[in-house]
Amino acid sequence: MTATENQGTEAVTGVPFNLNGRAVHATDGELLIEACERNGVHIPRFCYHNRMKPVGMCRMCLVEVDTGRGPALQPSCMLPVTPDMQVETESEVTKQAQDGVLEFLLTNHPLDCPVCDKGGECPLQDNAYAFGPGESRFIEEKRHYEKPIPISDLVHLDRERCILCDRCTRFASEVAGDPLIHFIDRGSQTQVNTFPDHPFSSYFSGNTVQICPVGALTAAPYRFKARPWDLEAIESTSTVDATGARVVLQSSQDELVRILGLDSDAVNWSWLSDKDRFIHEANRSENRVTEPLARVDDGLQATRWGDATAKVATALQADASRIAVIGGARLSLESQYAWAKLAKGVIGTDNVDTQLADGLPAALALGLPRATIDEVCAPGGVIVLLGPDPKEELPSLSLRIRHAVIEDGATLIEITPRATSLSDLASVRLRATPGIVGQVLVAIANDQLSADVGGVAASDLQAAATLLRGERPLSVVFGRANLAESARYTADAIGAIRSIAPDASYLPALRRGNVNGALEMGLTPGFLPGGVRNSAEVGVEHWPTTPEFQGADTEGILRAAADGNIDTLILLGADPLGDVPDAVLSASAIENVSTVIAVDSFLTDSSSKADVVLPAAMFGEADGAFLNVEGRLSPLSAKVTSPGLARPDWMIAAEVSLAMGDDLGFGTLDELRQEMSAAVASLADVDWPGLSSADDGPVLRPHRNWDLEFGKPADAPPEPKSGLRLLVDRKLWDAGTMTAESPSLVGLAEPAVLRLSPSDAVGLNLVDASHVTVEQGDESYDLPFVVDESVAPRTAWLPIRLPGFDARKLLSSGGSVNSIQARIADGLTDDDAGDGGEPTAESEDTSDGGRQ
Amino acid sequence: MSRLTAENVLLAQEIIARYPRPKSALIPLLHLAQEQDGYVAADAMEHLAELIGSTPAEVLGTCSFYEMFKREPVGRYVINVCTNISCQLNGGEELLHHAEEALGIRAGGTTDDGLFTLEDVECIAACTEAPCLQVNYRYEYRIDGGGFDRLVDDLRNNARPDIPRHGTLARDRQHIPADRLAGIASPETAGTPAWFERRQKAEAPAEERA
Amino acid sequence: MATNDYIPHAPGFVDNEGPKIVSSRFGHADSFTLERYEQTGGYQAVRSVLAGSTSDAAQLVKDAVLLGRGGAGFPAGVKWGFMPPVWPRYLVVNGDESEPGTYKDRLLMERDPHQLIEGCLIACYALGLNTCFLYVRGEMAEAQERIGTALNDAYDAGYVGRDMFGTDVAIDIVLHWGAGAYIVGEETALIESLEGNRGMPRLKPPFFPAAKGLYMKPTIVNNVETLANLPWLFTNGVDAYKEYGSERSPGTRMLAVSGHVNRPGVYEVEQGVVTFRELFYGDNYCQGIRDGNDLKMFIPGGGSAPWFFEEQLDLPMEAADVGSAGSMLGSGALVVMDETTDAVKACLRIVRFFARESCGKCTPCREGTTWEEQILQRILDGNGRPEDLDLLADIGSQISPGEYPAAAHPEAGLTAVPFPPKQTTICPLGPSSVAPITSAIRRFRHEFEAAIAASPAAPESDPEQRDAVVEVSA
Repeated sequence: MTATENQGTEAVTGVPFNLNGRAVHATDGELLIEACERNGVHIPRFCYHNRMKPVGMCRMCLVEVDTGRGPALQPSCMLPVTPDMQVETESEVTKQAQDGVLEFLLTNHPLDCPVCDKGGECPLQDNAYAFGPGESRFIEEKRHYEKPIPISDLVHLDRERCILCDRCTRFASEVAGDPLIHFIDRGSQTQVNTFPDHPFSSYFSGNTVQICPVGALTAAPYRFKARPWDLEAIESTSTVDATGARVVLQSSQDELVRILGLDSDAVNWSWLSDKDRFIHEANRSENRVTEPLARVDDGLQATRWGDATAKVATALQADASRIAVIGGARLSLESQYAWAKLAKGVIGTDNVDTQLADGLPAALALGLPRATIDEVCAPGGVIVLLGPDPKEELPSLSLRIRHAVIEDGATLIEITPRATSLSDLASVRLRATPGIVGQVLVAIANDQLSADVGGVAASDLQAAATLLRGERPLSVVFGRANLAESARYTADAIGAIRSIAPDASYLPALRRGNVNGALEMGLTPGFLPGGVRNSAEVGVEHWPTTPEFQGADTEGILRAAADGNIDTLILLGADPLGDVPDAVLSASAIENVSTVIAVDSFLTDSSSKADVVLPAAMFGEADGAFLNVEGRLSPLSAKVTSPGLARPDWMIAAEVSLAMGDDLGFGTLDELRQEMSAAVASLADVDWPGLSSADDGPVLRPHRNWDLEFGKPADAPPEPKSGLRLLVDRKLWDAGTMTAESPSLVGLAEPAVLRLSPSDAVGLNLVDASHVTVEQGDESYDLPFVVDESVAPRTAWLPIRLPGFDARKLLSSGGSVNSIQARIADGLTDDDAGDGGEPTAESEDTSDGGRQ
Repeated sequence: MSRLTAENVLLAQEIIARYPRPKSALIPLLHLAQEQDGYVAADAMEHLAELIGSTPAEVLGTCSFYEMFKREPVGRYVINVCTNISCQLNGGEELLHHAEEALGIRAGGTTDDGLFTLEDVECIAACTEAPCLQVNYRYEYRIDGGGFDRLVDDLRNNARPDIPRHGTLARDRQHIPADRLAGIASPETAGTPAWFERRQKAEAPAEERA
Repeated sequence: MATNDYIPHAPGFVDNEGPKIVSSRFGHADSFTLERYEQTGGYQAVRSVLAGSTSDAAQLVKDAVLLGRGGAGFPAGVKWGFMPPVWPRYLVVNGDESEPGTYKDRLLMERDPHQLIEGCLIACYALGLNTCFLYVRGEMAEAQERIGTALNDAYDAGYVGRDMFGTDVAIDIVLHWGAGAYIVGEETALIESLEGNRGMPRLKPPFFPAAKGLYMKPTIVNNVETLANLPWLFTNGVDAYKEYGSERSPGTRMLAVSGHVNRPGVYEVEQGVVTFRELFYGDNYCQGIRDGNDLKMFIPGGGSAPWFFEEQLDLPMEAADVGSAGSMLGSGALVVMDETTDAVKACLRIVRFFARESCGKCTPCREGTTWEEQILQRILDGNGRPEDLDLLADIGSQISPGEYPAAAHPEAGLTAVPFPPKQTTICPLGPSSVAPITSAIRRFRHEFEAAIAASPAAPESDPEQRDAVVEVSA
């Protein structure tokens, strides 16, 4: 960021210094190693990494520097350039120092390059070729360690190869905040390792493999899969979550074998979550749908594309209001447009929703003034987190926020119902009980700061108010913190923040892949592409028609379907049976729809019940564009061919349309993009071919600052008469399809745990208990529990869906806040469990009849 | 094998309170764990991580850096024979060899009865009194083979009450009464001492004050 | 007055003729008690300091030219002046004495803890800070005990903590101790250790403790002996202090002389005045080499110091003179070796120390010191090769480039190379390992060659190991 900021003013003048006799310039405060690099002189290094604090440990980057007191060897990674510094990177003294360090590093390094994953792309190997002597003078016994040991399910460590550069350990502690690997022992016996039986189970562990300058850390999924010189590579964007982390896809023999983080200055700084990094295993799953399937009797059977699309076309002859489309967040922007055109512009239905009843009103994401990630993380700013734990839902974004607070003096206000991965960094933490978050912010907006609100202390309200009303730039990262409460409370909270801080900007923390693209392309009721509100007065260029009615959102669609009011339901990579919080409603809906059409790559709970399944190309198999959380456009690239007859989604839309007798108007991606630029104002200026070469990609900033109607904030929901209010949210590793289809990831989900407040632990008499029974209606689970001070009294915090556990069965969408009954699990305590058992009266709905 | 006892947790909390940041208390807390068990058990490290808000890996990273912390049980008496230069010049290595013979173990080993662990250590700051050794960090000066044998006999016969079992260092701990503490705050909140500000004002030249 | 003999209660200390600035109470069996300390004038200096201004106190230390006694010999008053006006700030007392041959801070801590505490209070006041950490070496159980008791007594007496001596001044002194790591004696490593971390040095620049020390706040790290001087200095004044020692190095130093002398001991000696010869041979000091043997070499300032020989005996122990002669006075540790000493063995022993104590943070020290030790051990085991001496020299120059500091060797026509050494490392530990190697080989090369010549069959370098990197791509 500094470099960019400086480009306008500083680069022209900058800090003059002398590099090998050449007059050059550094930017203000620039480290010598970077300034040399920019001026075409590469200084070898092992410990230095441009996205971490320098430590000057490996000593490889020593160069001779004279600041007026005579030349001396200095680590160029630790030294900011000062005016008129004389730097010699080629002098005899410099070369001897660097050669010496290299020789030292090689003394105890094994000579197993031929069997090392890093061989061929190894900085140590490269430097040894470039600078090293041909022969070793080290005849002593080398250090020996047990050869690679797994330090997590995903990462193996070979301590003999390790050169103790501190990159992985620094990453774990400084960047990820998961100091689970560390230097152990001392001196020449120093090794990197975990604590025994505490594996390096960080969501970000794979980054350590990428930054390891030797082959000490290797990724279990990649070990011995390929050699660097066999790899083909292309830049792309991760679709695992909405951050849009930039990646490099690498393939060997038409198989994706590795994903690396791309150092995008604006987005992910080269860091990826392990989900971003290893999810490509799903591409090779044997469970891929590789040909069109159609229901014959009770089973799905392979069919030809033509027959499949004909069936679909027939099902789409129904009345537009009886046709609905759910999903689309997995699709590229182009495919989203194509499907939006098919649904809204050809069929004419507005029953289209990309969110699965687990998001927020589309108008919030589309209409609030948008912040970029850089703006959110700007030095000295104030960040409001009003939503879920970003580490669970948008992990690479959470690293940027973490950095902003720790290194750049940003201040974090956390308005979340429980502790998150960022809580320790927050200056103020407002822990509203479920259903109260709107009330809390309204109290601040109304300057009612003298009394506690919804479990939030008055002193915290005051502290938050001071920051929210302060002079510093304010940005709000907002999302759905609790899937067991109505989204309206979050909306109320945003409405209040709008009145407290009218100049605040917003970053929607909606999780699913290209959900922002889907919203922008109109895959949401009431909107046309480009954030245009649908009405009789507007149309879309190249579209035959637009919907003539206000459609329903996913919950409404499912309800209508359950009531028999939907004939044909198209699932665009969506699995409502697996994903929609109200599992009962979803089941009833799928049951009562005449025709379900699934465009998918796998047979999920939902698509396996479809009447027609159209096989879609996956990530890495089709070109396109991605619109990330900040509205930044970046490329999605095809690196491998789709298996079997799978096709890109936009092509499927075009085929279905043709089968219906309507030409969508584009036969190639280029034609599609041209139409998009013409039809969608926000895309008018996009340089489509240039996307793949742009450094960070353009940000679409239509400057919508809609005068949103927030209405009267909802009243606080009544306290449940018995039982616990539910707080349900997501974990990164869950029971999702993509994770389940990635062999290296499927085992990472941890068993479900109930978290509850100390007072409830006492109230439920859990002192000697190991498990708690939670139940709602006929559904119940016995769960281990953790007493968590961050959870509000009378609240149960549960993960939504993990293998063997499905909190959705305890939810209903009718209530504004869901509640459950909890009691000591029978037979799971030393005492008589019956003693501690709470009455398990009928489940109770604390509904105020809230809207959804 | 064990976490800190309830009594030691209280002591740990007192120690932690003396530092601006909890992690600063880690080395004293590791000593406390070693005093409790004679060595630093894995469970103890996990417990300390909880007490100072760190991870077991970080605790192990610190613990394993320092030679005094033993991560496996050692003898009741750890005998450290100095062989560094001043002692070497005056028979330190011979003393070590004698000790190995006398105890029947190599440096680094522990006798089968669990009484003695022998170590070959670096300078222990008694160079004028070479050769010297420490038993549980209590000195024996200018000691020869005969003196070593007598020392071992005394230890076996519990005739050295001045030497506590391994793990105990100072037997008199620092305790700061709450009403005497000047006040220790985190570096983020601690500011200029009030008394210093008052003196600064008083010392400032009259015109500056005006 | 002086007995010119050992004192039973202070093992190794010799009560000889000469000024006693820091060791004045060692003769008392109960010198460590509050009672004795107060009977002998203790806690009077700090009382008068508290009545004056903080800046006057700081100025007095500057005027006295109180040199640091830890090893570098930098004036404490100047060091204090490097602190930017930022709070909180800290004083950290370095009692992690572990340099081979050094034995004086332990005596000061065990025998006169209140003197140190009073010194800390004066320094805290002069620096305008209220939190002091007293970091004692882990292996010094008795020092920890004595200081712990002394602090408890001093807190109870109202001398430390809030409302000190009935004034509004409030200063805490926290006793802390290490756990066995020589490198923690280096001030930035000490700070890391005090933060609960591995004691690995930080880079200077940018982490000069006076500006960015403990918790990245301004921090002064002073040696025990340095601070122990303050009560006397503030009681008797700058002029009295400067009556002792040389102009450049006023006052006294506690010197530990060990090895092959007739009376090894800890002596309080006027700085910059006494010569090595007087110290080793004088009746007031060590009274000559044992058995009437000849001197072979001596270490003038701890294991890290290059060795001196017969030719340097008449140098006064003045830092600048010793520096230009190729070594340093360091931590006041002198190790005397007579003609019977095996130079190879002595060299290996000191190198082994540095290899064992390397923290492992930076490559040249971690790998270089270990390699040096392995080669020397191999030579001593009878497996040396002729090329090993050049290899040792090369490794040395990869840790410490350029000519390494060394004493003149007139017989070989070699002039002195002045101190200090250059370094490719983060801290001076790695380069210190080169001191014994350069010193020993430069002077006693024939002993190494003899050891190598005696080797039955030097191992050939293993052809398997020959190529540093194996070609992997086709």
